[in-house]
Amino acid sequence: MIVAADPLFDGSFGLPELGIVLLKVVIAFAFLLFAVMFNIWFLRKVISDMQNRIGPNLAGPWGILVTLADGIKLFFKEDLVPEKSHRFVFKLAPYLSLIPAFLVFAIVPIGGDFNRADGTAGEVSIFGHDTFLQVADPPVGVLFFLAMSSLAIYGVMLAGWGSGSKYPLLGSVRASAQMVSYEAALGLSIAAVVLVSGTLSMHELVVLQSGQGFNAVVPGWNIFATGFVPFVVFLIAGTAELNHPPFDLVEAEQELVGGFHTEYSSIRFALFFLAEFMNQITMAAIIVTLFLGGPSGPAFFFPAGWWIGLFWFFFKLMLFLFGFVWLRATLPRFRYDQLMDLGWKLLIPLSLMWFLVLAGIQVGRELGWGSVEQTIFVLGFGLVSLVCVALLFLALRSARLRRLADLDQELTEGSVPWRS
Amino acid sequence: MAELTEYFRGFAVTFKKLFEPRVTTDYRGGKAKPNQPDEKRQKVERLHGRHVLNRYEDGMEKCIGCELCAGVCPANCIYVRGADNDPDNPVSPGERYGYVYEINYLRCIHCDLCVEACPTQAITETKLFEFSFTNRDDAIYTRDELLVGDDGKPQQLPWEDWREGEDDLTSGWMRATSPSGDHRYEGVVQWKGELGYGVRSAELGQSVEEAQ
Repeated sequence: MIVAADPLFDGSFGLPELGIVLLKVVIAFAFLLFAVMFNIWFLRKVISDMQNRIGPNLAGPWGILVTLADGIKLFFKEDLVPEKSHRFVFKLAPYLSLIPAFLVFAIVPIGGDFNRADGTAGEVSIFGHDTFLQVADPPVGVLFFLAMSSLAIYGVMLAGWGSGSKYPLLGSVRASAQMVSYEAALGLSIAAVVLVSGTLSMHELVVLQSGQGFNAVVPGWNIFATGFVPFVVFLIAGTAELNHPPFDLVEAEQELVGGFHTEYSSIRFALFFLAEFMNQITMAAIIVTLFLGGPSGPAFFFPAGWWIGLFWFFFKLMLFLFGFVWLRATLPRFRYDQLMDLGWKLLIPLSLMWFLVLAGIQVGRELGWGSVEQTIFVLGFGLVSLVCVALLFLALRSARLRRLADLDQELTEGSVPWRS
Repeated sequence: MAELTEYFRGFAVTFKKLFEPRVTTDYRGGKAKPNQPDEKRQKVERLHGRHVLNRYEDGMEKCIGCELCAGVCPANCIYVRGADNDPDNPVSPGERYGYVYEINYLRCIHCDLCVEACPTQAITETKLFEFSFTNRDDAIYTRDELLVGDDGKPQQLPWEDWREGEDDLTSGWMRATSPSGDHRYEGVVQWKGELGYGVRSAELGQSVEEAQ
């Protein structure tokens, strides 16, 4: 099924089209900045509610301007560049983490009526020109997201390295190791989505998830089509990508002072936080788009108008933003080895296995398998994966036993200084 | 599996907290706009706050400039110099009086050792700790600022946030425990009383038996 690209570019590309594109860019930019303001306030308000506190309540009604006040304060602080830092890299790093955060949002469809079946799903009319509510819809949108989320590592890494100080360096080493580890699980769960829907374009993903869904009761979202597991894996890996608690080892205050941004002050420091909270918003938007149908709400609720898409999108976005705050309020930070265990021993094998199952089912669908073949496939695969899991646990167990035996030997031989 | 449910019970806990009443007190340091709440939490009676220098009922100062408080102070925040009294116009009964008395509140840890050390009960502590200053000079309280007024109540300096009734009980500790922590004086008031307030009865419930 091929859905046409943004109809704005169907005809000739003239001044009005350019104007609309610029308008969309400016709106997306302004929206993100306001969303960050809101997000920080929301985080602080909800987390204080969860801790029986009041939270910010002085700047503006309900303290809603607290982020603005923080920003103004940070802007007027002295901007320090450490003597030992690599000045160019040090100054470049905040922008390197900020720009990908902005760019990812450009590919997210935020509104439009996706329940029309006449091939114009998600199109709205701006000044008489049909277009998507989305800054850009590259045919490789999903890959673009992966690329940008990998690029964001550079900001963190260069910030740590360019600071010329040991704690930031440790923080950035942690960050890059963590992000690279979880990038794999993230990519595999995205691959499951791509496999099921057969497209890389974000707009098309939303179109495919819209409509009446399964039996007109369950929406046709990818969270159901891929069978939950990729969604859960994506949620966990995405949280880890954001360096959001409980995965915030990058800036573990007790161990690393402030992590990679220890040496930053003033507006550069603010830029890192802008990027961090913007990443939260874009990650939530990506999850909503990939798994929960984006702006195509459950079709059986008020199925009319282009604004309903906006409503559903922001409603789902808010759910995830609340979820992030909830995580932060509830979970203590992981230990580093637990983090690596979770990533490498659980998430990657799980998402890989699930990917294979989905691929098998997909192949079966193309070959026209009946229910017998499908049952055989599922049973066979279940058996194979059971054996694999058993082998994995066996390996882990024997390695652990060997380690313990080695330690025991050392202790009895008295080669360990504190035992002799 | 039990581990997993335990894991999610944590989320239930934080979610439930959303609907519980807040514990925060709306304190604005006396700088609230009209119709803004500004309340202090109830403090315990023997809280160690900023000091006062007491007077006798006839208005004489109790401080004799012996510098024991300065000697015992672990933070070295008290500076005292004694001087001879003018026989015709004495500041305190006896030979000497403290003519310089300064406490640096950037250093004071409010341990109350000075109160215990004082032989004449000249220095005691109020319950006030809301006296944040924006000037280092304000951090050093001089004798003129520490001395109680003619009514025996502490002076209220511009940057201090006093509320109704908080200038009572400036000798909470003295009434609460026996001198030098000696249990034989349990229930016996050794305190001479504050000017204008007289001697109040001792607080009970200090002895080991009663505590058990």
